[in-house]
Amino acid sequence: MKALRISQLAALSVAGTMALAACGSASNDDAAGGGGTSAAAATSSSACTPGNLTGAGSTAQQNAMAQATAGYKARCGSDVSYNGTGSGAGITSFITKQVDFAGSDSALNPQGKDGDEVAKAAAACGSPAWDLPMVTGPIAVAYHVKGVDTLVLTPSVTAQIFSGKITKWNDPAIAKLNPGVTLPAEAISVFFRSDSSGTTDNFTNYLNTAAPSDWTAKHAKDWSGKVGQGKAKSAGVSQAISSTEGGIGYVEWSFAITDKLKMAQIDNGSGPVALTAESAGKAVEAATIAGTGNDLALNIDYSTKAEGAYPIVLVTYEIVCSKNADPAKGKAVKSFMSYLVSDDFQNTLTSIGSAPLPTSIKDKVTAAVAALS
Amino acid sequence: MSSTGASVADETPSPGGRDPLSGDGAATGRLGDRIFAGATVGAGLLVVVVVVLVGIFLLAQALPALRVDQASFFTSTQWHTGSTLAFGIAGLLWATVATSIVALLVAVPFSVAIALFLTQYAPRWLSRPAAGLIDLLAAVPSIVYGLWGGYIVAGKWAPIQDGVSTVLGWIPLFAKVDGITGGSTLFFVGLVLAVMILPIITALSREIFDQTPTTHKEGAYALGATKWEMIRTAVLPFGKAGVISASMLGLGRALGETIAVMMILSGLPQGAPWTWSLFNGGATFASKIASDASEFSGGLSTGAYIAAGLVLFVLTFVVNAIARVIIDRRKAFTE
Amino acid sequence: MTTDIAAPEAPEAPRPTVSLDGRSGGRKAKNTLATVLVWAAFLLALVPLVWIMWTVLGRGFHVLLSATWWQKDQSGALPPGFDTNVRGMRHALVGTLLMSLLTTVIAVPIAILTAIYLVEYGRGRVARVVSFMVDILSGIPSIVAALFIFAAWVTTFGLKIIPACASLALAMLMIPVVTRSTEEMLKLVPNELREASYALGVPKWKTIVRIVLPTSFSGIVTGVLLGFSRVAGETAPLLLLAAYTPYLNENLFSGSMAALPTLINNQFLSINDPISGQRVWGAACTLILLVLVINLLGRLVGRLAKVKR
Repeated sequence: MKALRISQLAALSVAGTMALAACGSASNDDAAGGGGTSAAAATSSSACTPGNLTGAGSTAQQNAMAQATAGYKARCGSDVSYNGTGSGAGITSFITKQVDFAGSDSALNPQGKDGDEVAKAAAACGSPAWDLPMVTGPIAVAYHVKGVDTLVLTPSVTAQIFSGKITKWNDPAIAKLNPGVTLPAEAISVFFRSDSSGTTDNFTNYLNTAAPSDWTAKHAKDWSGKVGQGKAKSAGVSQAISSTEGGIGYVEWSFAITDKLKMAQIDNGSGPVALTAESAGKAVEAATIAGTGNDLALNIDYSTKAEGAYPIVLVTYEIVCSKNADPAKGKAVKSFMSYLVSDDFQNTLTSIGSAPLPTSIKDKVTAAVAALS
Repeated sequence: MSSTGASVADETPSPGGRDPLSGDGAATGRLGDRIFAGATVGAGLLVVVVVVLVGIFLLAQALPALRVDQASFFTSTQWHTGSTLAFGIAGLLWATVATSIVALLVAVPFSVAIALFLTQYAPRWLSRPAAGLIDLLAAVPSIVYGLWGGYIVAGKWAPIQDGVSTVLGWIPLFAKVDGITGGSTLFFVGLVLAVMILPIITALSREIFDQTPTTHKEGAYALGATKWEMIRTAVLPFGKAGVISASMLGLGRALGETIAVMMILSGLPQGAPWTWSLFNGGATFASKIASDASEFSGGLSTGAYIAAGLVLFVLTFVVNAIARVIIDRRKAFTE
Repeated sequence: MTTDIAAPEAPEAPRPTVSLDGRSGGRKAKNTLATVLVWAAFLLALVPLVWIMWTVLGRGFHVLLSATWWQKDQSGALPPGFDTNVRGMRHALVGTLLMSLLTTVIAVPIAILTAIYLVEYGRGRVARVVSFMVDILSGIPSIVAALFIFAAWVTTFGLKIIPACASLALAMLMIPVVTRSTEEMLKLVPNELREASYALGVPKWKTIVRIVLPTSFSGIVTGVLLGFSRVAGETAPLLLLAAYTPYLNENLFSGSMAALPTLINNQFLSINDPISGQRVWGAACTLILLVLVINLLGRLVGRLAKVKR
């Protein structure tokens, strides 16, 4: 009884918020529009299967999950709790059957540092576990230099900045890429994530792939650069950049937006590309599928020269059991996953610093979700 | 130490002094006594069992990782827990010890002074609310200390630290470290930790000073002591063991503090040059474990962190053993 | 507690006039210096206190004035930047209360019994070992305690994590605080009291329960409150053992449960967003207020018990 009453209250408050947002804000119209659509579209797309779910994992998709759980609750009335514990902890929780799905910024790894994650997950599920790419989180190279409003960087120069070979903002290498921009003679302060994170992993993977001669260390979740100050979590890095003149660092796009940081344009070889949902989507489109069947692990091509593609992206997966031991749970998971892949949800992602899945990939995910049970 | 002027007849035990009624034989026989004594022994043994289990757990998880460690565990400052395991604790140990010592050096004198203020100096109308105020500091959760220290005080502290390192930079401890901003250094973390452990040490010291037998105090006054002399000869000796015990509690908290340290302290890149400066960044055992806990997967790589936890465990062991020796020796003097 | 402070002031008054002794000037100066230093220490300690309170109250107190804050949970919260509602923290408050209460229920009996053992019964090697282990326990960092409980609960027993697990880890942190402080307080109980009780033929256990414990009651309460403050604000174990959830959960034995520190941790990720910022500081404010109220209640209980005696 009580639970029912509370969920009704909550549903009311959600509806209230959305109405407010829809009326009040001209600036947030993306979100309000998205929220409104998802509430209104409740009748149009796939039916809901009730059932509360718990998920845990990547913090990179925490914002997207907040959006998804609110939208899903408004549509289906079920509670989904997503706990941003970190990808590794999320997978551990999934393998030890603590959660119904895991969010991760890397697919299950058969050669994981602590054994075969694919096999462990399959053992926990009693059926193969699938990696479903759901949320694209671009990584911004954010900087704080007075008077420099646009900054173009190439993989090589980025790698040299983050490895300490370039130490001044007015270095000729940077100046060459930015004609007409007055670069100050101040020192560059590099900030990195002091905690293990998929963001660091993807960013160093980008540097290592796109500029292998300037960044020789292999990608890892811990910072492998030789310079810089480590800050805890994206919030810490973001805060440090915004308060340090001459600072530069890498953060998830959403943080750069919230903290109003200036973001560098990346020139991977076919001209400078600013970070937008569209340009990030193009990079995901260039990715190839590494998994087999409905396991949709992606291989991102960081050195892509595709026109207008922003190459530093991070794709987060939902890791689910293909066939859940508990049929009711399986249906609830399927219901939530089909909400995640639906246009209603994917189209709201842009406004929260994520990019929607490109159509080619989305179709495959939709097919995989349909095969869940 | 018997200069307190206390009379021989005064039998009030000093804290950490002779056990009350040792071997009083008052507990023999009766059923109620046996049950009660059994319960207390059981509780005590439970604590022992838990600690032993934690020790075993730490060892069991740490050993496999230590076996394949490719770096020197005690002297290396690297920390690679990817596909190859190469980790050493030198940096973590230094950061942990340095921050905790700074915290203790700052907090203990302040705590004792505040406890004296509250029990001996403050007018009565002030002492109780003032004690409540200090206790309020204990109520602040560590994540708030992290926010406050890292986001608000840090910016104000930076110029002070720059000043200090300009003047005293020739001392290795205060040397300037390039690329580490003021409000994110070991020294600053030590200061924030000092604020965090201050209420713990103060609260216990206050309770103990408060219990100084009036006879001791009046005895000192009767011999013509000034207030300060009374404190020095009656209150402080009476409370010394308790203050040390309280300080150990505070030290325990400082050594193991996690979230606040993680939020304030700047991490160092791999292979950063070693320096003894307190104006450097780093990571403590606890902050290192916590900041990477999000990627734990329970296997060998996690073992590296558990090994760090084990060292912290042993460190606490050693620190407490030393404290014990100090207390026991003092006891021998007092008696 | 403070009753005997005023009395000793009296003998001091006439002393300054006696200046025959050459040292007395120096002694007096020393005394003055000590007084100044002690006052200064207290005032200086107020600086961080006032600063923290100023920060937290200034940024968070207005959040507490909204009824929604106390009545609702965070369900329906939109991502940072798009939520226009602070919403509530009822789920976190309830979670913190439940988990801390369970912790207290587990830890305090063990801690007090251990302290009684150490002071009243413990002899020789066993007592030394127990006493030492209590110190060690106080040095176990919260994150290690959490890893230990996680390993025992999940790896060894294969159970599903429930909010009560967090209480187990928190109890490991609370026990040493309460044991140490209780121990110190019990040691201060004058032996005359015990002897008088024994002389009247009262059994030892009854002496302890009826005479020793009540005598040191206020001190024990202080210790319990210190311990409570410690665990109510603890974050690290909760991250591992009581997954954050935006929904209200009143069952310690199933599901995930939010707590004020984990709410702060969750919202801290986007602290630069004004709404998230209000949640962070509001939750911090609530937590401090909660501990304050519990402290005051405890003190009241302590004082009432004292009056009764």
